Order: sequence, then C-alpha cells, then structure tokens
Amino acid sequence: MRTLFDRLWDAHVIRTRDDGAALLWVDRHYLHEGSHHAFARLAARGMGVAHPALTVGVADHYVPTRGPTTDPDIARMVATLEGNAAAHGFALFGRGDPRQGIVHVVGPEQGLTLPGMLVVCGDSHTSTHGALGAWGFGIGATEVAHVLATQTVWQRKPRRMRLTFHGTPAPGVGAKDMALHWIAALGADGARGHAVEYAGPAVRGLPVSGRLTLCNLSIEGGARCGMVAPDAALIDWLRGRPFAPQGAVFDRAAEGWAALASDPGAEFDAEHSFDMAGIAPVVTWGTSPEDAAPITASVPDPARATPERASRMAEALDYMGLRPGQRLTDVAVDQVFIGSCTNARIEDLRAAAAVLAGRRAVVPGMVSPGSTPVRRQAEAEGLDRIFVDAGLEWVGSGCSMCVGMNGDRVAPGMRCASSTNRNFRGRQGPGARTHLMSPAMVAAAAVTGHLSDVRPFLEGRG
Amino acid sequence: MSGWSHHAGLAVLLDRANVDTDQLIPARFMSTPRAQGYGRFLLHDLRGDGAAWDVPGASILVAGPNFGCGSSREAAVYALVDAGFRAVIAPGFGDIFAANAVNNGLLPAVADTGALMRALPGRLAIDLAVGTITPEGGAAIGFDLDPVWCVKLINGWDDIDLTARHTDDITAFAKRRREQAPWLWPQTTGAKPPSTGRDQ
Ligand code: SF4
Repeated sequence: MRTLFDRLWDAHVIRTRDDGAALLWVDRHYLHEGSHHAFARLAARGMGVAHPALTVGVADHYVPTRGPTTDPDIARMVATLEGNAAAHGFALFGRGDPRQGIVHVVGPEQGLTLPGMLVVCGDSHTSTHGALGAWGFGIGATEVAHVLATQTVWQRKPRRMRLTFHGTPAPGVGAKDMALHWIAALGADGARGHAVEYAGPAVRGLPVSGRLTLCNLSIEGGARCGMVAPDAALIDWLRGRPFAPQGAVFDRAAEGWAALASDPGAEFDAEHSFDMAGIAPVVTWGTSPEDAAPITASVPDPARATPERASRMAEALDYMGLRPGQRLTDVAVDQVFIGSCTNARIEDLRAAAAVLAGRRAVVPGMVSPGSTPVRRQAEAEGLDRIFVDAGLEWVGSGCSMCVGMNGDRVAPGMRCASSTNRNFRGRQGPGARTHLMSPAMVAAAAVTGHLSDVRPFLEGRG
Repeated sequence: MSGWSHHAGLAVLLDRANVDTDQLIPARFMSTPRAQGYGRFLLHDLRGDGAAWDVPGASILVAGPNFGCGSSREAAVYALVDAGFRAVIAPGFGDIFAANAVNNGLLPAVADTGALMRALPGRLAIDLAVGTITPEGGAAIGFDLDPVWCVKLINGWDDIDLTARHTDDITAFAKRRREQAPWLWPQTTGAKPPSTGRDQ
C-alpha cells in the first residue's frame, strides 16, 4: 500500500544511504534570475551544467513589467541569467520571449512539467507543480548548484499528510480560500516536514488552475510540497501543450499518469479534513498567511488569545494598522494587485474581470498576468479592456508586486489587497501592508475601496 | 566549508514567531554579489530601537517558532553567517531554510528555548556530536538535529563531492529512465501553444 507521494519518491531514488538520506533524480530543473548565487558556486568549482536539456530558465523575479528598466541592478540580474543560459546551453524564456512569465505558471502551461516528475527550482513555490501529479519542491542556492552539477538532489523522506476537502464550494469560494482556510486552521508550520496530498471531492472538482493555486500555497503552511493525483481532467488539460509528448506517445504516457494515486487504505502520517460548507471567502489580517479569517469576521483581539499568540498578534496588528474588533469589511485599502504564481492564470483574471466588468475601481491597482501567453489570451478575450476601463493598470508578466524585486512596490504604510501568497512584513516593499485574498476578492476591494465580500458582486454574473 | 563540532559564544534573543526569510533579508538586497558581504542586510527592516538581538559579537541566535519560513532564498543564511552567526536555536524551522543553513555551516538546532531564554543575553556552549547546549553556569539541554545534517556539519562536507562517488549509479539511472519515459526529455513539438483556459 503506497501513497501517491511514496510512488513519486520510489520512482526517483537512485541510492539510499544507511543514514536514510536518498540521492534522487531530478526530471526538471527550473532557474530564474535569483540563480546567480548557484552559478557563482559552480564557476568557483570550474563545473558545468550536467543536463542542460532538463534545465529551463525563466526571467520572472526581476523583469520589468512596464517597459525597459532604468535600474542597472535589475537589468544586470536579467542579463546574468541570459549570459548563463547562453554559456551553459539551457533553454531560456527571457525578456521578449512569447513564452516568458512566472516560472510556476510557465512550466505547467508549456507542458514542461508533467505528472510523475520530480521538479525543483530555487524557489519555495515550486510546490505549485504538484497540481499536475508531480513532486515539486523548492531548494536553496547550494542545492541548485548541486542539481546543475549532477541533476540529482539529496533528501530525507518527508512524512505524508493528506488534506481532504469534502462538499462543494459555495459561489465566490475557491482554491485560495481553501488554502488560506487550512493554513489558518493548522498554522504556518502546520504541515512542516510533510508532503501534502490534497484529496476529496472539492479538490477533484477544482479546475487545474485551482489545483495549481492550492498546491502553490502548500509552502505557506510549512509543507515541503503539495500534490493532487492526476485524473482525466488533468490529462485533457495537458494534451497538446508544446513540450508535452504528442499523439501515441502522449497516450502511452497518460496510461502511466492515471496510475499515480494513493492506494485505497494507504496510510498517511497525518490526516485532516475540512468541509466546504464551513469555508467562506477568506482574507488575511496579519503578517503571516496563518493570520486569515472569513471576510465576515472581525479583526481578532489579542486579549482573547493565548499569551504566546497574543504578543505576535499585537505586533502584527500594530504593523498592519488595525484595531481588534474592527470589522474586516471596514478596513480601507489604498491599492490592489492581481498577479503572482498563485493567482494570475487566465481563470483568475476571468474571475476578477467578472467582478470588475462595468464597474470602476475607486483605488489604483495593477494587473500582471502570470505569463505572456496568459496575457495574450486575456487580451483576446477583452479582459484587459475590462481592467483598464475599471481604472486598473494592465502590465506585463512577472513576479512584479508579489515581491517587489523589479521595482513594482507598495509604498510604506500603504495597504494593498493582493492576490499573492505572502503577507510578510515588507514583502511588497518596506512598510507595505498586504492582505491576501482571491483575485475576485481583490476585484471587490478595488470597487469598494475596502475589504469586501465578493459574493454580492457575483449575483447575476458568470 | 570547514566543519565544526564545538562552539561557545554570545547568544542573543529574537523573540518572535514566524520570522520569515523576507525579514531575514529583504528582497531588494538580493542582487548584491555575495563577495560584498550580506551581514549588514540581516533583519534590515527590523533593526533599530535597541533590538535585543543586535549585539556586536553575537554568534548564536535564539529565536521563536517556525524560524526561516517562507522564501527559499539562501541569502537569508548568508546574512546570518556573514553577520557572524554559527547557530540558530528555535522550536522549529522552515524546512528549506534549515537545509540551506546546514549547507553553509550554520546549525539549525531545534530545542525548547524556554530555559535558554532566561539566560540571555549570555554565553552558550554547543556540542554538536553530543547534541547539547549549555548556558554558562547552567545545566545542559538537548537539541534535535537530523543525524545526516549533524555529520555533514561536523565534517564540513560538500554534497557535490559526496555525490561524485555515485556517478555510475546516476548515469545508469538516467539511461533507464530515458528508456522508460523518453518524454521526460523535452523536445518542443512546435505545436501551437494551446489556449490556457480550456477547462472552464
Ligand atoms: S510570483 Fe511571487 S511567489 Fe511566485 S515565484 Fe514570483 S516572487 Fe515567488
């Protein structure tokens, strides 16, 4: 009896040491501009890239989203990746490439991530790729250098956790809410040391885009990775993607993918289940993704929390400029951002556009599609017009205001409703105040100028 | 990287939970070449007002739960190492941070910090092989560390060197995998990029 994770683990072990560490084969290694430390390490040892064909670079963290940058540091970061791609001969979706975008959007979209793969990247949100029945996890620069040099990675087997979602989501509730809900319930380290498998009818019912969102946020609950077993919907979604196998080869591969599942009765080290009936649209109020609550709730009161939690909560509220007991829907926002590897796929943009169509945003904001193909698709559907007519800025694809490395930042003290994944202090810029929520909820906040329940805005729409 | 098995030094307290790597080093500093030193970026935006941890000469940081959660940026470890830290002691760590720490000779010791906190700031002695932390004039407490990591820290091992011993195994594995699943080696088909939203 094996879990899905056991199957993926077993398929990649080259050798296990007596102490339990295993040497694992890496099927796909994604790089971005932040990989410069790893290349410096490689150069210091005089080593090259062992398998450039299995290595793919994407410019996302530092790419400008509004035309060429004037910042020499930012330009140098993107140019360094281009230089390394040229020197080592791996594919790069860089500036101006029609496939460019955020690495965790681009990999699945291009069919470069496939079920059964072990995928690594020097980025914690590599957990995203698990939505395709793959095992994706983030690694640090030393490990990136190791993968470049050997196409392998050393790991100890994580424990296995299953998170089961029963029922069906109410309108206006989706993968982002499911993710923030479980992280609030179990804590930002609730799944630490575990490989998480998402299961249950509500997960099965998610489109692939939603599964990508759910797996993306696994790391925010401390999980090593998150995954969903492949099904017919996924296999259909993969068919025809540029780097996926085609024709008869695809069919042969798909037979194997369909077998990637946990055996009925397979044992997990931890199990939790959630009922969709108890999940409303969620927003965060603090500085950790675990600081999340239904939009219908109020800012929590540290006086009612355990002493340990109280001081952290008070600090978070102080940073966020919130009062205990204040209704979340009374919290005014200064700006909005729709983007990131969490929620900038075409389905996310459609969900936001469905709220914004025919309405005006009362605060400024930016919409950055997850990839250049998503951008083209959105433009073909006229979504860009909806955003622009609502008063939001439609920009190019990249990590953008999720992390602010390219200069797209939230100013100190400003409050941003954001479809991203981290509300850490200073994440969107020094002193920035971030509230995480789904793209539809961001759109609702844009229209009202405060945190808002999206559900009334959906009445009579899509 | 050189190994170590004992360290005694000044320990300071960073009494916060969930100190993420964005706080350990804000993103805007990460384009700096490492050779310029990352110590000055450590906890940059939390500095000031006599922060208890900000003591010259400190080499051990005692921190709150879930230390180093968030981004995989190894620069967070560089900032600690370049600022002179050899060990962080906390009730728990982000997984990627802990692995990065070990790869740079920084000990991520999992321990109940309650007893230690009362001894801070003060000197602590760490014995890696035995797995103990001893406050000056106090009783030793144990800490948890993956045994694989412990051996690696003590020996200062570099994974690339260790892996080189398995080159034949790796080559054989890759050959087998390619025979069984040739599609894992990407070849663009030139197929039209599909619509990104066919599933709704
Ligand atoms: S969009 Fe944000 S979370 Fe995703 S890879 Fe970029 S910086 Fe990381």
